[in-house]
Amino acid sequence: MNILRKKGAANLPFSETVIELFIRLCGISSIIFVFGIFFFVFREGAGFLFNGLDLGQFLTSPEWYPTSLGNKRYGTFALILGTFSVTALAMCIAVPFGLGAAIFVSEFCSPKLRETFKIIIELLAAIPSVVWGFIGLTLMNQLIIAVFNVPIGLTMLNGSIMLALMSVPIIVSIAEDALKAVPDSYREAAEALGATRWQVIYRVLLPAAKNGLLAAVLLGAARSIGETMAVLMATGHSVNIPSGPLSWIRTLTATIAAELGEVARGGEHYQVLFIIGVLLFTITFVVNLIADLVIKGVRQE
Amino acid sequence: MQKIGQVSYTIIGILAVVACGFVITGCSPKDGESAASQEAAQVIKNKGSDTIVNLAQAWAEMYADVSSSASIEVSGGGSGTGVAALINGTVDIANCSRQIKPKELEQATQNTGKIPQEFIVGYDALAVYVHYDTPLNKITIPQLAEIYGEGGTLSKWSDLGISHNNCPSDEIIRISRQSNSGTYFYFREALLGKSSDFKLGSLDLHGSKDVVEVIGRTPCAIGYSGMGYATSHVKMLEVAAADDAPYYAPNLENVLAKTYPIARPLYMYSLGEPTGEVKAYLDWILSAEGQKIVEKLGFVPLSSK
Repeated sequence: MNILRKKGAANLPFSETVIELFIRLCGISSIIFVFGIFFFVFREGAGFLFNGLDLGQFLTSPEWYPTSLGNKRYGTFALILGTFSVTALAMCIAVPFGLGAAIFVSEFCSPKLRETFKIIIELLAAIPSVVWGFIGLTLMNQLIIAVFNVPIGLTMLNGSIMLALMSVPIIVSIAEDALKAVPDSYREAAEALGATRWQVIYRVLLPAAKNGLLAAVLLGAARSIGETMAVLMATGHSVNIPSGPLSWIRTLTATIAAELGEVARGGEHYQVLFIIGVLLFTITFVVNLIADLVIKGVRQE
Repeated sequence: MQKIGQVSYTIIGILAVVACGFVITGCSPKDGESAASQEAAQVIKNKGSDTIVNLAQAWAEMYADVSSSASIEVSGGGSGTGVAALINGTVDIANCSRQIKPKELEQATQNTGKIPQEFIVGYDALAVYVHYDTPLNKITIPQLAEIYGEGGTLSKWSDLGISHNNCPSDEIIRISRQSNSGTYFYFREALLGKSSDFKLGSLDLHGSKDVVEVIGRTPCAIGYSGMGYATSHVKMLEVAAADDAPYYAPNLENVLAKTYPIARPLYMYSLGEPTGEVKAYLDWILSAEGQKIVEKLGFVPLSSK
């Protein structure tokens, strides 16, 4: 137990040591959980990943036939495209709204309105994703049919709107914090130089809060990539190379959610679903890594 | 000191991962313990078809209220798993969504010295659903195979010889199920046999009820689901087994008369003539009370005698 203590900690009273140890464990636990989860997901899929799975076909073939009796094919290309396209479209919708709302809340609102606004936005974040999925399945489905005159509204657009609504609260609250963190002296200095309100925002605040805003957008995107239930219900869940916002798609996460429940434990299909889990891990890791590098690059400038 | 700190993190990390492992693997023995603790009740082991597993589970749960002298352990894994367990003599009742093969029957008899007894416990009938406005009332299995099968040629409503006013795009939107549901397997086999696959690009919904729900909102759609799920927004097509065969509506009489082509009996096999608690359980399943549950889960109950 001694080695857990920091240098000089021996002088502290016993209760302090216990508390410090506890806090330390809390800090380490998240790292352990991440590695633990990765380890178990990887272990479940490893057997087939190294022995039998054609990785080229897995990544580039759109043919997803996991339960075929004669000719099993595990191609996830259509699923990968589905995940990326629905996330990209969701971000196209969510980023302008999210950043706009953050700027409004942080710069233009009266304090009273701001409090109300924040509570409502937090409420939006508290809605469970299955409820969003249900809204997509019923309300948004009808709306898209009526507006775009398509036979069925369970499309990429439907899923993207649901994802955008889910990630806007995250983007708003993080972006607002980033804008709030810009020292008031910047605003005052800009205004003293005769800048209009728009110029203050565009030329001073946004560049100063660049890192935080980027983090907000990327966390919103990460939320979208990982989201399962809403896209499962709203996008049509169809193995399909997307040809536009109104085509039906299926995502990686939704495939795991839909199929893992009824698959024989330890079988090929089961293992492939875990390999998809590893793929999702990798995608998230790469996104985070890029975000990190971009932010570092921004800092060095 | 710094180094020691890092080493300690690593140690804690390893310990925690190991501990996680114990927690996860530790679950299964615990379940076994709790089942074993009810030692007063005889345990009936029931295993097999995934199509029947929900039904078997519902029976087992309801039976707990009926009788306290037996508790039922239900697990899935597929009809083959159930029959294999029967051959090894490790289950009391095997669930099967197909009939047992003569060879399997022989193996089981040889291995255990008891002849498996067959019980039909209900029927699984799939209806082909379209939107209520679709000007189509009947369809054949070969047509369905062309619509759903890989390489199939039917993709427009006009290909079926109808003009669908409520579907301007004329495209048949195929509604299907997630690819490992029992319903998907059965429908695929009924249409295409064991060697072919469905076309990709169908909307694979998660649940029998969702299929009917979506078809009810989508004039262009066609789909399949249990007979019990019909609503006023959809209609069920009459189905013919071949192009020159007669059409039959999906209803209880046609299913029981075995004329409706996409229906199959659901079987339970006991090892030898059932006795004691196993007999009591099977009798209860076949009783009106047990058959009520069959209907509740969207299957077709046996005709009331």
